[in-house]
Amino acid sequence: MKTQKKIMLTGNKAAAWGARMAGVEYVPAFPITPQTEIVETLAKWFADGTLQGKFTNMDSEHSMFMAAGSAGATGVRVFTASSSQGILHGMESLYTITGWRTPMVIVNVSRALATPITLEPDHNDVMSTRDCGLIQLHAETCQEVFDFILMGYRISEDPEVCLPVLVNLDGFYLSFTREPVLIPDEKDVRNFLPLYTATQPVFQASRPMARASAVFGGATYTSFKLQQELAARHAEKSFNQVAQDFKKYFGRFYGPLETFHLDDAEYVFVMSNSFATKGKSAVIKLRQQGIKAGLLKLRLFRPFPSEAIASALGGCAKVAVIDQNLAPGMGGITYPEIVTSLYSRKDRPEKILSVIGGLGGKDIEDQDFMAIIDHLDKPDRGTPLYLYDEGDVKGFNRLQQIAKFNEALK
Amino acid sequence: MKVATGGHKKIKDLHPHEAIAPGTGLCAGCGGLEGLRLGLKELGDDFLICNAAGCFTLLSVYPFTPLKGSWLYTTMGGPVPAAQGVRDALDIRMRYRGLEEKENLQVIVVAGDGSSNDIGFGASSAAIHRGLDFIYFCYDNEAYGNTGFQLSAASPFGSATQTTPSTYVHEAGTEINKKDLFEIWKAQKPAYLATVSPREPIDLSNKFARARALKGPRMFICMSPCPTGWGFEPKEAQLIAKLAVDTGIFPVKEYFEGEVTHTVRPRKRLPVEKFLERQKRFQHLFEPHRQEDVIRQIQKRVDEYWRNYE
Repeated sequence: MKTQKKIMLTGNKAAAWGARMAGVEYVPAFPITPQTEIVETLAKWFADGTLQGKFTNMDSEHSMFMAAGSAGATGVRVFTASSSQGILHGMESLYTITGWRTPMVIVNVSRALATPITLEPDHNDVMSTRDCGLIQLHAETCQEVFDFILMGYRISEDPEVCLPVLVNLDGFYLSFTREPVLIPDEKDVRNFLPLYTATQPVFQASRPMARASAVFGGATYTSFKLQQELAARHAEKSFNQVAQDFKKYFGRFYGPLETFHLDDAEYVFVMSNSFATKGKSAVIKLRQQGIKAGLLKLRLFRPFPSEAIASALGGCAKVAVIDQNLAPGMGGITYPEIVTSLYSRKDRPEKILSVIGGLGGKDIEDQDFMAIIDHLDKPDRGTPLYLYDEGDVKGFNRLQQIAKFNEALK
Repeated sequence: MKVATGGHKKIKDLHPHEAIAPGTGLCAGCGGLEGLRLGLKELGDDFLICNAAGCFTLLSVYPFTPLKGSWLYTTMGGPVPAAQGVRDALDIRMRYRGLEEKENLQVIVVAGDGSSNDIGFGASSAAIHRGLDFIYFCYDNEAYGNTGFQLSAASPFGSATQTTPSTYVHEAGTEINKKDLFEIWKAQKPAYLATVSPREPIDLSNKFARARALKGPRMFICMSPCPTGWGFEPKEAQLIAKLAVDTGIFPVKEYFEGEVTHTVRPRKRLPVEKFLERQKRFQHLFEPHRQEDVIRQIQKRVDEYWRNYE
């Protein structure tokens, strides 16, 4: 195995190190909590010559993603990062640049969306980008953040893919948590990920071309969208190949999913990102009590690895899909995707429960996992289980009492 | 610093070279297209246009392009940051990755007045602030033309648009004044700033030649008579453009190193109604009855402008 140094890094610093070791040449940036530490770190490295290229302070996320996309179309390795409202502000650009088919890695540091405005995390921001054609990798640990950025460039720059890759990490829980991270030597990284040479045509004088021209008619439009669909689907194969290669170089292997005590599990939690660590801890405690719990963690979220998910959950009796997001009037956003993956399986679980929790950074604690187990044993009520109990109601009422809210309304 | 003048004195001095082939999907008589055609003659073929959503989106419809240079369709508010990304990427490749200077591109933004004054305004201001090395070409047809002529911040007082129609309650149609984009951009001191008219091709060509020799933000506002939106026959486009200059409604000028110069001066300004009366968008000022007060206000505004310069 190659030499790798172990250093303590926050999730944000791990992201910056990932970009640095990837040899990024261009970072258009705009600050937003809890992401800012990433671009601050990169700004310093460009300013002191550690990184060669350019860091440009942009005027909004809409502008930032446009600049990222057009620079990608002009043949440099691009990195940028955002979060929450910034993702929403840049949404038009995100759809635009995925259609441009330009490689890059974007880090999203998950933070709940207004209204009400808050700084703490949930996944509605990253879920909002679900359908825009990004490849998505969701990280549980600081090591995964670093590794997924390196892997992300390989997938993104695969000529069969040519789509931006988004690496997601949770704000606060991971962005500001220091963990040991193994950083390989730069020369070893260069073997895995050479400096960038575009494989597709890029803008330069000797190669005039029109890109992203308007189309007339649904059939022409459909041709382009289906190419994007094929490219995104191909990214699962690309992910698996890159994961094998990554293991060869650095010894760590990442499948599109991670299973934890799943083989004999009677109760399975489906989770993603940093809260999966809490889920794993709960699984261990439940097993100590004789309850056969297990966990399935989603890593590759786009393309959605339906087959792999169906294979992992097929034969499991009771499954709870924990969504740290909310589509009001529908429930959890990943729940229907998991159910769809299992629909045609004869051995599909007898019960698949939708759970909504962790909104706006609300913790998911051991007793919540116990409540999920209880719920899985009860008859189905047809609605999601909301991890919001009487104690939470009391706390909310207490806030209003302190402000003398009811008196003010009189 | 003295800039290149371009040196064009007569029409036959202009380059025979064309960077836009004829037969695009744009409307017959589009003044903006004529302005861009003349401008590109001065810039050579090594250019990339970052286009904002608008009329000119129809220049390149898959799989065709009329351009000798490159084209990137962006969004309505995003052509300028797209230009930033291209400029930065070319600079990075030339400085660190061995890209030869001959591969460099002149980065051009093409945007309508709606994009320039409204949805893309903040991003343009930011690019001037950053000193982005690019050419901005705003084709100003004084409304959201591509969607059927709705009010933009460039729509002039007294004009009727689809969203500011003239009614018994609001006789003037548009009751607010056109945003003065030239003055706003000037406040940020770009490297070069000019208004141009397709009816003044020598002036226009010389200005693009000057801009080509400079670096930094170089901003153009092109008076763009619009047959479909303004309501006149395509063959009258040049006449309408001429009347805009001759009435003094559209001052042809440039800003360079702190000085504003009027490069084409109307010898004796014609009354504004000579410009207004030929266009359907101002027809309500004359029929069914003459709105003397509105016409007088338009004239007064033009007179007040020129009082500073005549």
